[in-house]
Amino acid sequence: MIAHFVSQFPILVVVVPLLTMPLVVLAHRAFAAWALYLACTWAVFAMACALFARVATHGPIDYAVGGWAPPFGIELVIDSFNAVVLLLVAGMAAINSIYARASLAREIEPERLYLVYALMLACLAGLIGITVTGDAFNLFVFLEISSLSSYALIAMGPKRRALLSSFQYLIMGTVGGTFLLIGVGLAYMMTGTLNMADLATRLPAVFDTRTCQAALAFIVVGLSLKAALFPAHIWLPNAYTYAPSSVTAFIAATSTKVAVYALIRFVFTVFGASYAFEQLPLNQVLLGLSAIAMIAASLAAIFQTDVKRLLAWSSVAQMGYIVTGFALASTAGLSASLVHIVNHGLIKGALFMAVGAMAWRTRTTSINDLAGLGRTMPFTSAAFVVGGLSLIGVPATAGFISKWALLSAILAAGHYLIAALVLIASLLAVIYVGKVVEALYFRPRDAEASNHDAGEAPLAMQIATWALIALNVAIGLHASPELTATGRAAHALIGGGA
Amino acid sequence: MREHTVLRVVAQLIIPPILIFALYVQFHGDYSPGGGFQAGVIGASAIILYGLIFGVEAARRAIPPTALRITASLGVLIYGGTGVATMLAGGNFLDYDVLAHDPIHGQHYGLLIVEFGVGVTVASIMIAIFYVFAGRGRVEDRDT
Repeated sequence: MIAHFVSQFPILVVVVPLLTMPLVVLAHRAFAAWALYLACTWAVFAMACALFARVATHGPIDYAVGGWAPPFGIELVIDSFNAVVLLLVAGMAAINSIYARASLAREIEPERLYLVYALMLACLAGLIGITVTGDAFNLFVFLEISSLSSYALIAMGPKRRALLSSFQYLIMGTVGGTFLLIGVGLAYMMTGTLNMADLATRLPAVFDTRTCQAALAFIVVGLSLKAALFPAHIWLPNAYTYAPSSVTAFIAATSTKVAVYALIRFVFTVFGASYAFEQLPLNQVLLGLSAIAMIAASLAAIFQTDVKRLLAWSSVAQMGYIVTGFALASTAGLSASLVHIVNHGLIKGALFMAVGAMAWRTRTTSINDLAGLGRTMPFTSAAFVVGGLSLIGVPATAGFISKWALLSAILAAGHYLIAALVLIASLLAVIYVGKVVEALYFRPRDAEASNHDAGEAPLAMQIATWALIALNVAIGLHASPELTATGRAAHALIGGGA
Repeated sequence: MREHTVLRVVAQLIIPPILIFALYVQFHGDYSPGGGFQAGVIGASAIILYGLIFGVEAARRAIPPTALRITASLGVLIYGGTGVATMLAGGNFLDYDVLAHDPIHGQHYGLLIVEFGVGVTVASIMIAIFYVFAGRGRVEDRDT
């Protein structure tokens, strides 16, 4: 019975949040809804840990939904690559559940709180579904579940502009989802199958057809939109700025990462790196776009006056690093991508949580209004500083590990110009992080602003923020477990075996 | 709408058959075209017609928004609960084979239950969307 229960974990990580969602709606009261949300996310995180450990020792896990054997039924596949992403998404949800209660209670009227928790669970189920599925169409369905719930979540932000930015995201996200569907449809037309492993064996026979090329193009463009890869990033700054703080912290740490994961999965597992990067010039395109993203978005971040928007632009730049990594098409590059998917999730999660904690106290995220907070909120400000150092890539932080892995991969591939651009973008990060730190510590508190009751954010919010900061430092000091996992994942993906 | 006698009479005549047809599409879905989604929409259209002819207030009295919130959740739980039941019976998620003494009956029952869950949720959400749109601009709009 226990063995049977454990063998159901691949579907349970999706089903548990999906079924807790209606329970949250039935519970209705804010506290009960939050308690269910907390219990569910931690249960999912525990199962994700178990799956991760099992994949590391026993190899990939397959699960046939409904007992229908693949390729006819929907198959879930957890290998060493998506196990890492699964762990990131589940972990961020679990830590966010500690943070969410106080943060959401301040930004959303009490009678709508249960809806936010229900939507967060739907979003979590969708993101985990994308991560674990081995079926191309199923991936689209989960992408829509996570997207639709994030549109609604962003629209619930405290300012009226939230509605507009959610609508902007809805348009772009729907275009992205449709492109993915068209691409999957074209691939299905040529092969008659939707199972990723089956597609991978049947697609090479039709590689020369226009249909197959168009399929790859549609899938890449569609997922780039969801991943906010330059120039399809337009929706991201507004969406991150106006969403409720806790939602931003969760979505920024997981949503675009999962979209990049899906892109990597399609390029490496379904179509194969040699087709995308040798027969078609996808790597040139991706390298060029991500180079622009790194520089242009970092420059844009410098000129922002709102911390959340500044961090959002920085996210666009960081997506550039991630895409650069796997566009190198080398094991080292792919591994660097995965390292940065995880580390950037931890960094941005921590930073957005710190900003959310400041917003809890000051009810604003404008840099000028946060001036002098270093004195009244010492712990939150210190968390922001450490997170910022990690974002820049200072040694002894997680950011350094990703930058190091990425730079060595780029230099090994001989792209010296890109390496220089990565370094320049890091210097630009010093400027935009420094701008916030300068306001926090070296500017006096505005007399009018200090009329607010001075003090720290609630303890739960600080604990969640510092938990992520501690993870950043822990990875920075002892990176070998993470690098082993990502290295193994990259080998598995490039070496042909799933 | 009070003066449109023809509309009122026709609506009164037509609403029960619409509901019966919804049930037919619902429970005949595994043998003929149809199923939970279509049945849910047809069923909801009967309520929406009622709301259009006799007023949203009357429709809200017949089916309160709070009830919709509960049925919409229950529908999802019926669907997912079937999957959980198959797991507890020793199969994979939504493996209907294990629901009855032989796989054919198992698949039949499983599909019937799951489609019922879909129908309930779709009908509830459709009516809820109608209430939200019809209630725009009203102040006492509370629970939808």
